Amino acid sequence: MKASLKSYITGFVLSLVLTLGAAWLVSAYISSGSSSRAMFTPDMLIGILLALAIVQLFVQLIFFMHLADESGPRWKLGALVSAVGIILIVVVGSIWIMNHLNYNMMASPADMNTYIQSQDGF
Amino acid sequence: MNETNATAAQAAQADRHAFGFWVYLMTDLVIFGVLFAVYYVLKASTFGGPSSNDLFSLSTALTNTIVLLTSSFTCGLATLAAWSKKLNQTIAWLAVTFMLGATFLTLELSEFSRFMSAGASWQRSAFLSAFFTLVGTHGLHIAVGLLWIAVAIVQLKVKGLTPSVVSKLDRFTLFWHFLDIVWIFIFTTVYLMGIM
Repeated sequence: MKASLKSYITGFVLSLVLTLGAAWLVSAYISSGSSSRAMFTPDMLIGILLALAIVQLFVQLIFFMHLADESGPRWKLGALVSAVGIILIVVVGSIWIMNHLNYNMMASPADMNTYIQSQDGF
Repeated sequence: MNETNATAAQAAQADRHAFGFWVYLMTDLVIFGVLFAVYYVLKASTFGGPSSNDLFSLSTALTNTIVLLTSSFTCGLATLAAWSKKLNQTIAWLAVTFMLGATFLTLELSEFSRFMSAGASWQRSAFLSAFFTLVGTHGLHIAVGLLWIAVAIVQLKVKGLTPSVVSKLDRFTLFWHFLDIVWIFIFTTVYLMGIM
């Protein structure tokens, strides 16, 4: 999207709607109290919040940072994709490995937390 | 003819500078990615201290997010004004961006001091060390950005809208939008997921 007043206003309004929507979902989830009356399970809500954040990432990349304007070889896009690839490996890999480490040593991260406290550190 | 060539050469150089700066932003993104990974791994390690649920407030986090998002928008308006050669309008939008950025930083620091007076400093638990490192690194970037806006306003006042000043302003805009994108993920995965 070419940089113009229209592209900035579109990006701003879309970002506001996505941010307020995510905040509203969480406050509705909290005020529903027990999970039995909530619209979503915690896992579903986490998935929806992540999806909203990723949509907002694309909105700002396109309407604020004008990533789609790039012509010729897409070097900027290439650098972005490489960085995101490294981040996904590090983030998903860390969560995966550390959860399994806790699982193999004790049981859950919560049990591990209790164990570390009882031993006053490792 | 020579003037056209000079303008084209200037545009090509501005393009190269913008790409170089983009590569820096992507490496900065990797730094934030690693800090996010640390936070996710240590989030449950509260060591008997306060958890994210006890500390975070939705209204504070939402206010911070809206303030930063608005500053990202006004920063874009400053770029548009610079491209259409409106000097005073450029400086005015940059000043608004500065005020919003300073408001964001003040709110964040008062949140930090509220946590610390409640006994939740970075020394309390691995969760809090990871939290302060991640959010503090973002806040440090915002502080550097504020310094950059101040320098840009001085340059605009002294030199006016020369091609080199405008190209620096374009890079600042990229930096500021980038910080807002990082904040979306802090807001979503640290604050929203921390209080649900």
